[in-house]
Amino acid sequence: MPTSDYDPACLPDLLPLYYRRLFPFSQYYRWLSYGGVSKNYFQNREFSFTLKDDIYVRYQSFTTQNELEKEMQKMVPYKVDIGAVYSHRPSQHNAVKSGTFQALEKELVFDIDMTDYDDVRRCCSAADICSKCWTLMIIAIRILDRALREDFGFHHLLWVYSGRRGVHCWVCDDAARKLSVAARSAVAEYLSLVKGGEETLRKVVLSDPIHPFINHSLSVVERYFQQYAIVEQDILCSKESVDKVLSLPIPVKFHNSLCQFWYHIKKYWKYLSCSHNIKKGGQYFDKEIMLQYCYPRLDVNVSKGVNHLLKSPFSVHPKTGRISVPIDLKELNTFDPFEVPTISLICEELERPRADEAEEDDVKDKENEQEAGERRRIRDYKRTSLAKYVKVFDRFLEAMARSWKGEMLKKSGELETSFSVFLTFMSFTYT
Amino acid sequence: MQFSGRRKKLIGNFQNDLYDQCLQFYGQPPLENISLTEFETFAVERLKLLKTVENVGVSCVKNSEQYTKKLDAEISSLNFPHRGGISEYEKRRKDHISHFILRLAYCQTEDLRRWFIQQEMDLFRYRFNCLHSKHKTDFLHKNNLKYETVSAEEKKNLKDKLIASSYGLSGTKVEEHDVYKVPFQDALDLVRTRKVYLLAGNAYIPHHEIVTIVLNDFRTRLSKALAVMFYSDLVISLHCDWLSSFVPLFFCYSHAYVGQDYSIQKNIGKISLEQIDALSGKSFPLCMRHLHKALRENHHLRHGGRMQYGLFLKGIGLTLEQALQFWRSEFVKGKVDADKFDKAYAYSVRHMFGKEGKRTDYTPYSCMKVILSNPPSQGDYHGCPFRHSDPELLKQKLQNYKVSPSGINQILELVKGMHYQLACQKYFELTHNVEDAGFSLNHPNQYFTESQKFLSGGRDIKKEVDMSQRSQENPASVTHPSQANSKQAHEEMGDLDSFFQDE
Repeated sequence: MPTSDYDPACLPDLLPLYYRRLFPFSQYYRWLSYGGVSKNYFQNREFSFTLKDDIYVRYQSFTTQNELEKEMQKMVPYKVDIGAVYSHRPSQHNAVKSGTFQALEKELVFDIDMTDYDDVRRCCSAADICSKCWTLMIIAIRILDRALREDFGFHHLLWVYSGRRGVHCWVCDDAARKLSVAARSAVAEYLSLVKGGEETLRKVVLSDPIHPFINHSLSVVERYFQQYAIVEQDILCSKESVDKVLSLPIPVKFHNSLCQFWYHIKKYWKYLSCSHNIKKGGQYFDKEIMLQYCYPRLDVNVSKGVNHLLKSPFSVHPKTGRISVPIDLKELNTFDPFEVPTISLICEELERPRADEAEEDDVKDKENEQEAGERRRIRDYKRTSLAKYVKVFDRFLEAMARSWKGEMLKKSGELETSFSVFLTFMSFTYT
Repeated sequence: MQFSGRRKKLIGNFQNDLYDQCLQFYGQPPLENISLTEFETFAVERLKLLKTVENVGVSCVKNSEQYTKKLDAEISSLNFPHRGGISEYEKRRKDHISHFILRLAYCQTEDLRRWFIQQEMDLFRYRFNCLHSKHKTDFLHKNNLKYETVSAEEKKNLKDKLIASSYGLSGTKVEEHDVYKVPFQDALDLVRTRKVYLLAGNAYIPHHEIVTIVLNDFRTRLSKALAVMFYSDLVISLHCDWLSSFVPLFFCYSHAYVGQDYSIQKNIGKISLEQIDALSGKSFPLCMRHLHKALRENHHLRHGGRMQYGLFLKGIGLTLEQALQFWRSEFVKGKVDADKFDKAYAYSVRHMFGKEGKRTDYTPYSCMKVILSNPPSQGDYHGCPFRHSDPELLKQKLQNYKVSPSGINQILELVKGMHYQLACQKYFELTHNVEDAGFSLNHPNQYFTESQKFLSGGRDIKKEVDMSQRSQENPASVTHPSQANSKQAHEEMGDLDSFFQDE
């Protein structure tokens, strides 16, 4: 599938087109306004832009969707990050009395980066990824999505492909956005199992009793482990590789076929554990190894901070050209990061001759310019590979909108207000 | 509050109610007059108690038999309320009053507040755990802590999951005792360590773990109270002569890390970049030697490592210009070109020196900070090697650094006992070929200073010198007492001296 060879040098030409005709501003604005339940939520949100020549500007904020569009089309950011909702408009933070300008709320976010798995990946390293190690992301998403929904009770999760070597999760529930720093760090630590730096060999330590969360995670890992680690990653291909796996010397006579090897290692371990060489608590070594190779590795610091800035969905990755697109969890097994459209592809798709739309254009252009612009943009992205990803975003927003309606009702509690909310809701669904 | 002739009786009743519980939340300040002697004695004794709580917490595993025995002994000997015995009225009164006196001293700075809250929480946790189950429930009721209990049916459905998530919970316990359901945000300590069952955003807490929730509550209240106290006029009026003799007493003995913070470098510019390699082998503590080596080998360090090592270098006297040159020359050898360094990394170096952002002049990390916060993960080289390295790897590294096998064993023993700073001290002794380091290690820069002092022949092993050095380096917020007062205070410190020496 051609991704229309992307060349970073073309960014200055492609980005203006992207922001003018493809970036889904109305859905984006709808998301970050959160149904208008809190006043000034969008206005007090910090954005940061990375412009050409690595110029980085923080504390960008906008009062309306229109202003956001105009500014982005003007500044043409190479990267867009989203920060917290502050007590005042970020663009005016210098005018605020020192100490009173504070980050109040933000989505709970997680960043899974493939480089954090370098010690257990044999196929790639650093910024590279391939279809073999992509399985790690699938495992990570499944484990974390389940835990965030079932254990923590969150409902509105947006998973986004970062564009190169990882995925991000945005937990958008009201309760999540209001979490304190301590709460965020507690959630991140609850979800962390792989601990230790370069100097730690045994990064996962399990002991009785095994927490239900670990059991759930293990069942996901076990599903993928055989195929991923033993076949694709070839972790048992050589004596050295296996030594690394177990930090133990393995007799050559156990070098059989790959999958049988695993069975033999377990037997060998039982034999060893009868002798006194093994330190106590090594009873779960097989589970520990599987987790060390496959369990998601989070950067706690990304999740901890209320004011932490994270790459925005639908931002372009300058090195690969890929758009940071939402991931549809229902299609997770078939998601291919190499199929994600690049900015050059969608711009090229845009330029292809339009079929029967020429007449409709003329009629509708006579209407309100902004609406026409929006409608044009909606038709535009629908003609590109970006369409299906925007649909995923739409579905996510619809699910959230239902909860906003509930919240607005709670706030007012009156029939009249619920009617006006209903109208507002209807207008939001018009796209 | 006006008292009439029937004063004694009234107070008696009122206070009997106030002190009918062994444990309290310290919600209400004491409302009586006490003598100055009592004031001083109460304060000093509580301070001793908190200091013991701290020491015992570091050297023993919390709630182990050793821990319990030591703390028990101290509480009894200092006459604080203990396990709800009879005739505890006086002890409870002392507990109440002494807590509030120390609040006055400890609300002054962020660090002091943090230390005070930590020790008071540890003490509270210990005393709450000593309570009978019935008294625990009484305490919860008396203090209006109503936590929702889980229905018997739900308990039955979740029994296996509950047993698997909470240490020390058996099937019978689940059936017989209450299990509480609280929003996970109220049980963060249990969530963080995954010691609780979570479902749909609620934490299911067995009765015997309820202390963690109570502690959360305790911490929040105390933290708020200290902040309020600090901002009230009360504290400003504390700065008067007769009280100022107490305040240095507190600051001398109570601070978790009481030495220099190495923010004011006395020897700025005295170190040249060429010396760093040699110094790393001779005078750097193991953590910094490790970071330096990783930096030289990989031509890169991640954020945690840059902060820990960068601030250390600032503390030993590197100037901003030297630091920039040092980091740039190393990073440029790796994957970072000079341009990228200036754009991305130079900012963070300047930030460390207080030249960017909110211009905080960050202080080098103490050992406690390195050991307890920001543990290293994959790709990191920071942290404390005695705490964060695999013992096998630590052993290899020490062998590479030519430490004797017996020395290595001693170090590993200390590591096993979680005495990380003592292990580092032992490393000092072995690498400098000296029997006794002669100082109590709690800061990497202190290691460096002591090492340099030793190597240049100016070693003074006397402990008294250390003591008076510390009393001179008080935080600036303390009003310095007049000479006469400090001398008197110094004399009074006489027998406290030996008590407060770190073991």
